[in-house]
Amino acid sequence: MPESSITENRFEKEIVSRAIDQFGCDRENLLPVLGFIRDEHRYLSIEIMREVASRFNMSSAEVYGVASFYHFLPTEPRGKNLISVCKTIVCDMHGRADVVAVIQDMLKINFDQTTADSNFSLQAVNCIGCCDEAPAMLINDKPYTKLDATRTREILKRYYP
Amino acid sequence: MNENENHSSGIIKKSDLIFAQYKTMYTVLESSLQLSAEQIIETMLDSGLRGRGGAGFPTAKKWQAAASVPAVQRFVICNADEGEPGTFKDKAILRQVPRKVLTGMALCAKAIQATEGYIYLRAEYRNLADELQAHIDIFHEYCDRFKLDFRVKIFMGQGAYVCGEETALIESMEGKRGEPRNKPPFPTEVGYLGKPTVVNNVETFATAMIIFKVGASEYKKLGTPDSRGSKLFSVSGDTRKPGVHELELGMSLYDFVKEFGDGDTKAVQVGGAAGMCVPRREFKNTIIGFEGVPTGGSMILFNSKRSMYNVLHNYLDFFNQESCGQCTPCRVGCQQLLLGTEAVKKGEKDTVYLEQLIRLTETMRIGSKCGLGRSVGNAFNSIVENFKEEILY
Ligand SMILES: Cc1cc2nc3c(=O)[nH]c(=O)nc-3n(C[C@H](O)[C@H](O)[C@H](O)COP(=O)(O)O)c2cc1C
Ligand code: SF4
Ligand code: FES
Repeated sequence: MPESSITENRFEKEIVSRAIDQFGCDRENLLPVLGFIRDEHRYLSIEIMREVASRFNMSSAEVYGVASFYHFLPTEPRGKNLISVCKTIVCDMHGRADVVAVIQDMLKINFDQTTADSNFSLQAVNCIGCCDEAPAMLINDKPYTKLDATRTREILKRYYP
Repeated sequence: MNENENHSSGIIKKSDLIFAQYKTMYTVLESSLQLSAEQIIETMLDSGLRGRGGAGFPTAKKWQAAASVPAVQRFVICNADEGEPGTFKDKAILRQVPRKVLTGMALCAKAIQATEGYIYLRAEYRNLADELQAHIDIFHEYCDRFKLDFRVKIFMGQGAYVCGEETALIESMEGKRGEPRNKPPFPTEVGYLGKPTVVNNVETFATAMIIFKVGASEYKKLGTPDSRGSKLFSVSGDTRKPGVHELELGMSLYDFVKEFGDGDTKAVQVGGAAGMCVPRREFKNTIIGFEGVPTGGSMILFNSKRSMYNVLHNYLDFFNQESCGQCTPCRVGCQQLLLGTEAVKKGEKDTVYLEQLIRLTETMRIGSKCGLGRSVGNAFNSIVENFKEEILY
């Protein structure tokens, strides 16, 4: 795969360069750089982590070690819209299961899966600080609260392609 | 409102300091900056303020410690990682009164001679970042006007409960896995980039500002000798009044439940998953404050319809996932508690096995490196001991 890896690497180099132009490549800039790349590319591919490693003068295993520590730095491809449903106790008490059932029924995916059209990924997360309006979820960065089946269905449709 | 409610709100003392909106911009900052670093710390000492993030360390002592270590650079960090289940008050503060937080950080900066500050904002609160940044930009203009050499940046967390622990937070800011460090040395000595660093909770900084607004002597009239002042409570679960409430410290849980319960409260989880589960029969002699059950503000109410097995299972699942895995007692302990509790429920292990699991939490308390592993036993033991039948059957 030498051909494709040359062209792909050009893309990786470019995105990592832009991140480093903005934040710098001292070690304390690593999380902001990885966050920037995640925002642009949705996830941190092996090639990107290699490129980051070489620019930060670290081993790529160490970059992976850091990224894999954090719930919001995915190292696997994911969809355009990330649905993060809270699974902690207060949401659990207030009908989280109904919300999940609706999402799974509409998107035909399970947790940690992505729809065939790459429009949605679904994950379960711990308390997102909306417990007074449980159950709650985030779609990308936006919180949605006081969910029930109807509201969930209606919200999800706004993100259809 | 009936008489009963009137009566109870006399016992539950409500305050409105933290969310009070001021018309003027940064006047408290301007006048307080006339004070010397020593005078700022003196005022904080006098107020008796203890950290609002949960552990309750005296804030003035922390500032004093960081100021006293010789260094060319020091840092102020506002801990906005707010990951404890059932807590959402820091979000409310950052949204409604960010200027109070920034003022508190600036006073700390002056007290310890720091020129850089950070707000470590959890990933889940990213939707707050733009507005917060706009406030920071204006704040910087005032810093310039008042000749305070201080700049604040937002540092985005990337999702890990343990990063709320102050040394894990620092590791994370340094571009590493968020694994807690051994203490000592404390961050006030060896903090961010090895420099003396004050890490305080969002509410602690906001409260510091209020102390300079109303005066330490006024402020400490609130609360009790061990728990000065008022504090925000995040109230959720089976409650008539979910939301953020500012209450004086030192109330009894009984009075709290009278105000916030749904009439059928069976237990209250005080302090989140890391805190204690208090059953109804203990409400009357449980004081909310550092002299009783301390809390970072998370108050989750459960009524008699709730299965305490589900509650416990949910917490154990949480800890299992969020343990950083660095030390064996915590990593393996969290797994074993979860599996063991499931096995007891299924009847695969008998009742006495629970005693063994309780002993395991003691080992975790002694052998774990950070507060996560050390506090798993709080919820586990208080739920298992008070609701044994529900765990078994
Ligand atoms: C596992 C764990 C998670 C924590 N999470 C938070 C948090 O989200 N916010 C916070 O302010 N403190 C948190 N703390 C406490 C911090 O380590 C630290 O004590 C606190 O930020 C100090 O601020 P304060 O003195 O103003 O309370 C956590 C501690 C542990 C052990
Ligand atoms: S106690 Fe748990 S969370 Fe804390 S350092 Fe050890 S393994 Fe990590
Ligand atoms: S428990 Fe779901 S938002 Fe807190």
